[in-house]
Amino acid sequence: MPDIHAPGSVGLVTPTVMHFDQPLELECHRVLPAYELIYETYGTLNADASNAVLICHALSGHHHAAGYHSEQDKRPGWWDSCIGPGKPIDTNRFFVVSLNNLGGCHGSTGPASINPDNGQPWGPDFPMVTVKDWVNSQARLADRLGIRTWAAVIGGSLGGMQALQWAIDYPDRVGHAAVIASASKLSAQNIAFNEVARQSILTDPNFHGGRYYLHDTYPRQGLILARMVGHITYLSDDAMRAKFGRDLRSGRFHFGFDVEFQVESYLRHQGETFSRHFDANTYLLMTKALDYFDPARDFNDSLDQAVAQARCPFLVVSFTSDWRFAPERSEEIVRALMAVGRDVSYAEVDTDKGHDAFLLDIPEYTRLFGAWMRRIANDLEARA
Amino acid sequence: MTETTQQALRPDLALIRDWIPEGASVLDLGCGDGQLLANLRDTRNVRGYGLEIDQENIAHCIERGVNVIEQDIDEGLGNIADGRFDYVLMTQALQAVQRPDQVVAEMLRVGREAIVTFPNFGHWRVRSYLFFKGRMPVSRRLPHQWYDTPNIHLCTVQDFDTHCRKRGYKVLDRLVLNNDHASGLGTRLWPNVFGEIAIYRVSY
Repeated sequence: MPDIHAPGSVGLVTPTVMHFDQPLELECHRVLPAYELIYETYGTLNADASNAVLICHALSGHHHAAGYHSEQDKRPGWWDSCIGPGKPIDTNRFFVVSLNNLGGCHGSTGPASINPDNGQPWGPDFPMVTVKDWVNSQARLADRLGIRTWAAVIGGSLGGMQALQWAIDYPDRVGHAAVIASASKLSAQNIAFNEVARQSILTDPNFHGGRYYLHDTYPRQGLILARMVGHITYLSDDAMRAKFGRDLRSGRFHFGFDVEFQVESYLRHQGETFSRHFDANTYLLMTKALDYFDPARDFNDSLDQAVAQARCPFLVVSFTSDWRFAPERSEEIVRALMAVGRDVSYAEVDTDKGHDAFLLDIPEYTRLFGAWMRRIANDLEARA
Repeated sequence: MTETTQQALRPDLALIRDWIPEGASVLDLGCGDGQLLANLRDTRNVRGYGLEIDQENIAHCIERGVNVIEQDIDEGLGNIADGRFDYVLMTQALQAVQRPDQVVAEMLRVGREAIVTFPNFGHWRVRSYLFFKGRMPVSRRLPHQWYDTPNIHLCTVQDFDTHCRKRGYKVLDRLVLNNDHASGLGTRLWPNVFGEIAIYRVSY
């Protein structure tokens, strides 16, 4: 049982739901007439609302980034290693906002929500949402919270894409941007992995064309498979070898297809846990948002021109063993930012933890990230 | 003004600063803890980036608010466009790179001018150490033993002059300093013997 009252923890937190009536025009040319966003905040907004930090979540993430929902919680929020008093995103100095994106399945309006047009779950009728759409919806949340400019917009993986899009679309509203373990667009290989994940869901007999809610079932096997594929790509070969090797559960071969190797057991467990609390339609939507992301597309396929819209200083971080979002992908962003003279610092953290490293407390990473955030806080406080 | 400007700048770095005009764009190869770049930003309104591989140094740069890119100079500067910078600097790292000739050529590709400093292996004390002791010289400037030194391509002022001539680089400025970071009669008359640190400003 973790210590909920540990000094580095934000402690008990309660999410808030905000309702929006102003229709949101989406990139897919459809309009979401009304929607809700669920979010959590940590720390205190200062008098001039200049210390707000937006945390953007990755593929399967949500609003619960730090702290605990109850005394009985077994695990803290997904980025508790980085958010809290004295941590890199220091809640003694920053006001942190973390939300569940549109299309999500943890409280924001998504495919499992009720479509007001017919009183049934949206399911496959929920419009396709993109990173740009998310950023627009987040800007409205900022308006409602009285935050004109974020001191920093921060995210890892798909969250890093949102941070990059924020800096491009709202240059005067982003003080700093941290793009961690991310890329300016997916590679064909990345899209291929996403397609395998989607096909495993789409072909599950319990998918029912996305209307499984009406059949009181869900594509469990499809979700498990999707997560297993994802999980393989989030770890590195070395990390898997270190964690499982070729260890057998019973110590001998059974010459069958049941779980024999520890790594098989691990993947099945991860997949099953995931399938119990993640919505299949949301998984389809979020992987598509990943595939579609390509801010250069609006600028004659020139990433230089795209990032030239941004004004803020950037921090870009990659991890040596991350092969899903390899360091070369981060370097593309850095190269473009340097080419157009934007302020950017870049570090490639040496670790065997793979893509998941961005969520972990790796001393070298924590130190660099902490130094960057401290600099932002110091500059803010010096100006005040 | 930040705390960095109040700290005394290392004397050789202060000399380099004097060569850099207001508002220039600068790339600093092996920028260390970012002291020079922070100083140039605060005193000269210079915009720039440092390249560095040491994590400790990268953290210091970030703390100073200096743009730092983790990049191994030995792997080239292929990510940087031709003529992108006004000045490309490399202080006390020439002797530690795999191919100093290629690095200098790259510096002049991405920058209008290159400023390079290195310890002069032709200094009389280095010569006499080798001559009298018959061992690889160890000094304040070259503090390592032969087996653990990061310095793999030591050269003399004369070597570098010859190199620039052969490659067609123009030496725009050359400062040869003695132990006290000063230029005296000895370093002026006989730089290859009395110079301990050499600072070059070159262009095509």
